[in-house]
Amino acid sequence: MIRILGLVVLVAAALAAPYFFYPIFLMKALCFALFACAFNLLLGYVGLLSFGHAAFLGTAAYITGHSMKVLGLPPELGILAGTAAAALVGLVFGWLAIRRQGIYFAMITLALSQMIFFYALQAPFTGGEDGIQAIPRGHLLGFIDLTSEIALYHFVLAIFVFGWLVIYRTIHSPFGQVLKAIRENEPRAISLGYRTDHYKLMAFVLSAALSGMAGSTKTLVFQLASLTDVHWHMSGEVVLMTLLGGMGTVFGPVVGAFLVVSIQNYLAQMGSWVTIIQGGIFVVCVLLFRRGIVGEVLALIRKLRERQARTG
Amino acid sequence: MASGEFVLETDDLSKEFKGFFAVRGVNLRVRKGDVHALIGPNGAGKTTVFNLLTKFLTPTSGRILYKGEDITRTSPADIARKGMVRSFQISAVFPHLSLLENVRIALQRELGTSFHFWKSDASLAALNDRAEALLEAVGLTEFRSHMAGDLPYGRKRALEIATTLALDPEMLLLDEPTAGMTHEDIVRITDLIGKVAQNRTVLMVEHNLSVVSNLSNVITVLQRGEILAEGSYDEVSKMPEVISAYLGTGNG
Ligand SMILES: Nc1ncnc2c1ncn2[C@@H]1O[C@H](COP(=O)(O)OP(=O)(O)OP(=O)(O)O)[C@@H](O)[C@H]1O
Ligand SMILES: [Mg+2]
Repeated sequence: MIRILGLVVLVAAALAAPYFFYPIFLMKALCFALFACAFNLLLGYVGLLSFGHAAFLGTAAYITGHSMKVLGLPPELGILAGTAAAALVGLVFGWLAIRRQGIYFAMITLALSQMIFFYALQAPFTGGEDGIQAIPRGHLLGFIDLTSEIALYHFVLAIFVFGWLVIYRTIHSPFGQVLKAIRENEPRAISLGYRTDHYKLMAFVLSAALSGMAGSTKTLVFQLASLTDVHWHMSGEVVLMTLLGGMGTVFGPVVGAFLVVSIQNYLAQMGSWVTIIQGGIFVVCVLLFRRGIVGEVLALIRKLRERQARTG
Repeated sequence: MASGEFVLETDDLSKEFKGFFAVRGVNLRVRKGDVHALIGPNGAGKTTVFNLLTKFLTPTSGRILYKGEDITRTSPADIARKGMVRSFQISAVFPHLSLLENVRIALQRELGTSFHFWKSDASLAALNDRAEALLEAVGLTEFRSHMAGDLPYGRKRALEIATTLALDPEMLLLDEPTAGMTHEDIVRITDLIGKVAQNRTVLMVEHNLSVVSNLSNVITVLQRGEILAEGSYDEVSKMPEVISAYLGTGNG
């Protein structure tokens, strides 16, 4: 009952939001929220820390930008192309990295994503330092004009909800159950006959594809694909958002992404101080609540319930 | 003797860790239908043998045959698919999953939906009856919705056995199944192993000699990585070298 009520409030808030906040700000936050959720699928539910997720966001951003601006594809196909490209890059990265554990996995994903960065810097179609600019938003399905910010907002919201639902379902599926088993005790999962590398690779590709979808959508919103999207800062930022909000929870990365994007937006005039404040918040959060914001709230609720069960 | 009656055979199996032989020249023969015990003092190499048999370690030299097939290069997941399933010495459960979910993980592979990320996990409820029956067999029914990580050690071992049995393996490898259990639990688990052993082969490492004498018809004694003796409990327990190996460590 409370759940359904919460859902109704959430949907109402999401639909009303663009009349109270800058739609561009909201859309940016939604894109990053999807990015963080996709990243969290890997970190929170398989226990793999990738430090190269910018490669997927960035690849998709460039492919969407190029296919819409140069090839003239409509937005829905542009996003599809970007997502597919990210999935393909994810397949290659995953195939190379998945056998490594812990810090080695993080290092290999970082190294591979740096290769994508340098490629983006050199390749002719990416526009080098300038990126791909003034990408036309076009008409969704041929008749919805996305130059209208409200229309665009609803499209972005729909993509976010779709991506979030895919992740939610993945976590709560037979496949997700095996992922959790691998996260909890990989040797045991192997001894029960699971070829765990295949499952990890599948999760990696899913995470890459959804990160790509976030990148493609971001390109549509800002009409821009640039080196920022493939820079390792971006890989670090998504780690920050996920840990801040609470890894291994379905809403944590959303909260983390909104928080980080808000901080960046409202403190933008303070220049390089933003980075320092952001770093400071990160340190405080890691020290004070290690489970992240949503993780701590959930733990608190659980504790209260247990106390109630004991006294009542 | 025809090799057909042996389910598992090793041929001069050795494992070296940086100049130290944890297992050296072991020729183990496990007969079909036997409960075969592998005993020996701490550090004798028993767990290492298990890790070699289930491919969690690669042998330095030697061969392993399972049902006549060379499995020396087979992957550990495929070993399980061939019907040889192990338990671990340090209890191996999935701590943040419920007991029911723990057992279901083992059962769900056969549904063939383990890659279906678009399907609801409610589809796994079809396995609940069998999972509950397995939990009941090890006396854990009342804890089925608890997190596995919250169980005391002995119960985790029982859960691990239930999970292993869920695969209905032809051959069971149990590494110290009764370690850390209370007397009552030991009785129950010994009974259970005896029951499930009726239609499969069991190789087990066990320190509790009363469990060994109750269950097993063949015993291999390992010492410093080599086979010291082999035979029935009565034969082996009378051998002076076995007695001295065991008394030497104050075990037995
Ligand atoms: N990965 C490893 N690297 C180096 N040495 C190892 C490794 N694994 C085991 N050993 C060594 O091999 C020897 C045999 O260990 P093993 O765990 O097989 O003994 P065990 O018979 O199972 O003993 P216990 O009764 O204590 O379980 C020990 O001396 C151990 O220190
Ligand atoms: Mg051992």
